[in-house]
Parts: sequence; C-alpha cells; structure tokens
Amino acid sequence: MDQFLQHVINALSLGSIYALIALGYTMVFGVLQLINFAHGEIYMLGAFTGMYTIRWLRLEEHPGIGSLIIALIAAMAASATAGFVIERLAYRPLRKSPRINLLITAVGVSLFLQYTGQLIFGSDPQFFPTGILELEGYNWSYGDLVIEPMQIVALVLALILMVVLQYIIFRTRLGRAMRAVSFNHDLASLMGIPTNQIISATFMLGSALAGAAGVLVGLIYPKIDPLMGTMPGLKAFVAAVLGGIGNVTGAVLGAFTLGLAEEFLVGYWVPTYRDALAFGILILILLFKPSGLLGVHRAEKV
Amino acid sequence: MLKHENTSSAGSSEGSFKGVVDGSAEGSLILRVKDVSVHYGMVQALRGVSFDLPKGKIVTLVGANGAGKTTMLRAISGLVRVSGGSIEHRGHIISNRQPHEIVRRRICQSPEGRGIFLNLSVEENLDLGAWAAPDKLAYKINLERGFEMFPRLKERRRQNAGTLSGGEQQMLAIARALMGQPEVLLLDEPSLGLAPQIIEKIFEIVEQINRDGMTILLVEQNALQALGIAHHGVVLETGRVVLQGPSRELLASDEVRKAYLGE
Repeated sequence: MDQFLQHVINALSLGSIYALIALGYTMVFGVLQLINFAHGEIYMLGAFTGMYTIRWLRLEEHPGIGSLIIALIAAMAASATAGFVIERLAYRPLRKSPRINLLITAVGVSLFLQYTGQLIFGSDPQFFPTGILELEGYNWSYGDLVIEPMQIVALVLALILMVVLQYIIFRTRLGRAMRAVSFNHDLASLMGIPTNQIISATFMLGSALAGAAGVLVGLIYPKIDPLMGTMPGLKAFVAAVLGGIGNVTGAVLGAFTLGLAEEFLVGYWVPTYRDALAFGILILILLFKPSGLLGVHRAEKV
Repeated sequence: MLKHENTSSAGSSEGSFKGVVDGSAEGSLILRVKDVSVHYGMVQALRGVSFDLPKGKIVTLVGANGAGKTTMLRAISGLVRVSGGSIEHRGHIISNRQPHEIVRRRICQSPEGRGIFLNLSVEENLDLGAWAAPDKLAYKINLERGFEMFPRLKERRRQNAGTLSGGEQQMLAIARALMGQPEVLLLDEPSLGLAPQIIEKIFEIVEQINRDGMTILLVEQNALQALGIAHHGVVLETGRVVLQGPSRELLASDEVRKAYLGE
C-alpha cells in the first residue's frame, strides 16, 4: 500500500511537469495547427534562466518561497520572450506555406536551440540550486512512504499555474479571442480580433508555462543540461496527443495519465521501458483514437 | 449575353444606379468599389468590379456560383488581397488593410456558411461580435436588441452554437455582426441551405434592419428574393459586373429574368 501511494505521489509530480509542457504544445497547436518541436528547448531555457537568476541574484542566501517565485517569474519571462521571438522569426513568415515546411522548421529551431544552449551554457550538466528552498527538516515519512517536500511544492505551483491558465482561457477577453482564433483565423479576424497578436500571446503564454516547468523540474531533478528538453518535450507532446491535441483540459488529463502509467510501469514491471512507454502510447493512440481522449472530431456543417 | 455595364441600356427612364448616386449627395456614399481585381494564384476571380454603396440602402450582389460575389465581400473585409483598383470607405482607401482594421471602421461581415464559432456558446459568439465595438456601454442594449430580434437566441444563449439549427445559426451570425455596431453590414448568402419559410423570415429581418437605418451589402445566389428587398442590384458573371441598376429595373429586365430567375 505504501509503495502504491509512493508511486501515485511520484506520478502526480511528474504528471504536473508534463502537464505544464503539454499545455504549451496543445495551445500552439490550437491556434496554428503546428507541433512546435522547439517547445522542449523553451522549457530547457526556463531551467537555465531560473538557475542563473538564482546564482546572480544570490537568492540562495535568502531561501524561501519568495525567492523561488522570483526565479519562476524570471524563467517564465525569458521563455515567453523566446516563444515570441521564435514565432515571429521562424513561424510567421511560413504561415501560408505547406504544413510540412513549418514542421521541419520547428525541428530546425529545436536543434538550433539545443546547440546554441551547449555553446552558451556548456554541454556538461549543471547543478540546479535547490537550496532556494530550505526544506531539510520537512521530509515526511510514514513507514516506507516518503514525501519529498520539493515534489509537493512543484505539484502545488504547477496546479496553481494550470488554474490561472484555465481562468485566462475561459474567463478573459484574451482567452475568448484565443479560442476564436483556434476555431478559425478568418472568422476571428472578422470579429475585429488582431489574430497575429493573439497568436503571439498564445505562444508567450504556452512558453511561460514551459519555463515554469523548467524551474520546477530543476527543484526535483537538479541536474540540468542543454539537451534536457528533448525527452520531456517529446513526452509532453505524447501527453497532448493522448488528451486530444488542441484541448487544454485534455493536455492536463493526458499528462497525468502518462505520469501514472510511467510510474507504475517502472515500479511494478520493467523500469528500463520508462521512455519507450510514451511512444508505445503514442502509436496506440494514433492507431485507435487519433483524436485523443477528449478530442472531438470536428465535423463542420456546410 | 448581358453586357450592359458602362452602357446606357441598363438604365431606362429612371436612370442607372450610378447616375442616381453621382447626381445626388456624394457625401452619402459609404463604400465605393472602383475597378477591383482579385487573383487567387494564377486565377483571376474579380476583373475590374465597380459599384457604389450609398448610405441607408441595400445593394445586392447577385450571380451564379463562382461569379465572385463572396470574393468581393472578402476583399472588402480584407481577407483577400486586392491586386488592382481600390475600395474606399468614406473617401479613405481601405483595400488591403488588415481585417481587424476594417472591422474597427465598423464594416462588419456576417460570413457565408453561417460562419459562427461552433465551439463557443451563443452568448460568447455575440460577445466576440462586440470585440471591436467602439461603444462598450452599448453592449447590453445591443444584446437586448439582438435578443428581441431573434428570441430563439435568447432561449439558447448558454447553449453551444453548434447545437443550433441552420436557421438559428444564420440568425446568430447576423445578430453577432450587429453587435459590432456596424455602419455597413456585409451579408454573405444568408439564405444558403435554409428552408423557404426560414429564408422568408431572414429576408424580412434584413429589410427591418435596413429600415432602422443600416447600410447593407447583400450577397445572394437567390437573385429574385435579394432583388426583391434591395434598392440596387449588381449582377456578377465570372468576376465581371455585367449589369447594374435599380432592383426594380433589373427584375423587369428580360435578360435578368432569363439568366438568373430561370424564366
């Protein structure tokens, strides 16, 4: 029982990270029908920005939730800026070209950022300053069950961000415009909505969440390197597809499902298949329910 | 073949539509389409189309499928590039502006195929129509007026727009365009795919909106009914204006009756 709970807790914290990244994938897909393969690198950029912010501002000397929030905001701002610039320079000029051109460009941007990251940050893994939170005395354990406080902090912060995003999408003017643009660009522009600005805002919002995920991952798995975005990026993509790409609630659901599936596979069966699982799921989803768990097949009446 | 454009034969004793406009108040002209051409790649969809939209009138663009009617509306709304000629709104050239800039000039379109947001509720659709409305305070008043005009929409305000019937979706598209407090209403094929009684109702409402002072550009395949409520008609054929004039005269002209009304 303890072991089971342990896996659930691990799965939730892992799932919340996947969810933050998957949301960006699904939002960008919503407005542009583009799989932004550079999204994992935006997440990596968030982790590094968080690390350097903590180092440069010496935030470790003032540990606490306030310092963590400063690092989070810095990471989210840097990632949002990166998302904005990438869309503007790489994707917007190709808006009217065939979908495949965009996809290949996204892969190119991803590789570009990975190697630029290695150039700037160095290719050796660096240690994320987890001392930003002083949680030494707070390890809860009941029997075999160990709750890492970092996991809880990450989970809570991720959930708060998801609630905020949900609020933005479903309760604000910007959110309504985003949903309108994701339904149809021309139609949205006939409402007087500046579609380009809304697309930029969507990229920034999704990228900011990935940036936050980068910092939260740094807290839980404090080794970061410029290639760290590849695997979580791909898995978050799978999570988004699993939930129904373009569907915000689906992305969160898909991410937690993937987190649970991975943890249980690793815990009870074959640990070495952790990374293979996501792609197995992807294949199954594409074969049997390409619209995903919550995705609706969009039938348009003519 | 109808080739009366720029000849005098379209106008009878009452004079052509152009003559009326030029002769009366130039200031009451809201839209002027001058020699507009549009290309889709190698294909030319509009070839030098010209017509005027005077204030407070209904002008209808009629013609067969593929004549370029919808393209004309898309060009006015800024959704397609104009490759030649110009579109003027109150003397300012507005061709090739961004669509949202056109809407800010209060030129609002109800798109064809009941282009509504099927993923949003009725009320959210109406909210989006008011996105660029200049007077936010008028929102409530406009919403109420819309609901008054289309009581069915009020009943279904919280429902997903995708669950509406075809007629209701068309009503929503019109009500939504009115939420933008337009000076000019562009209506694209409001009768498309609807039952005859519903079409009747829609046309009545369009006429009512016009009587309340709205300037309307109506695109219709249903030439008989459109000319029935419009003040002026413009007949398009493969991207060209072949005939234009007061609707009454067009309806009376043998050629229009033969070619477009199937007589």
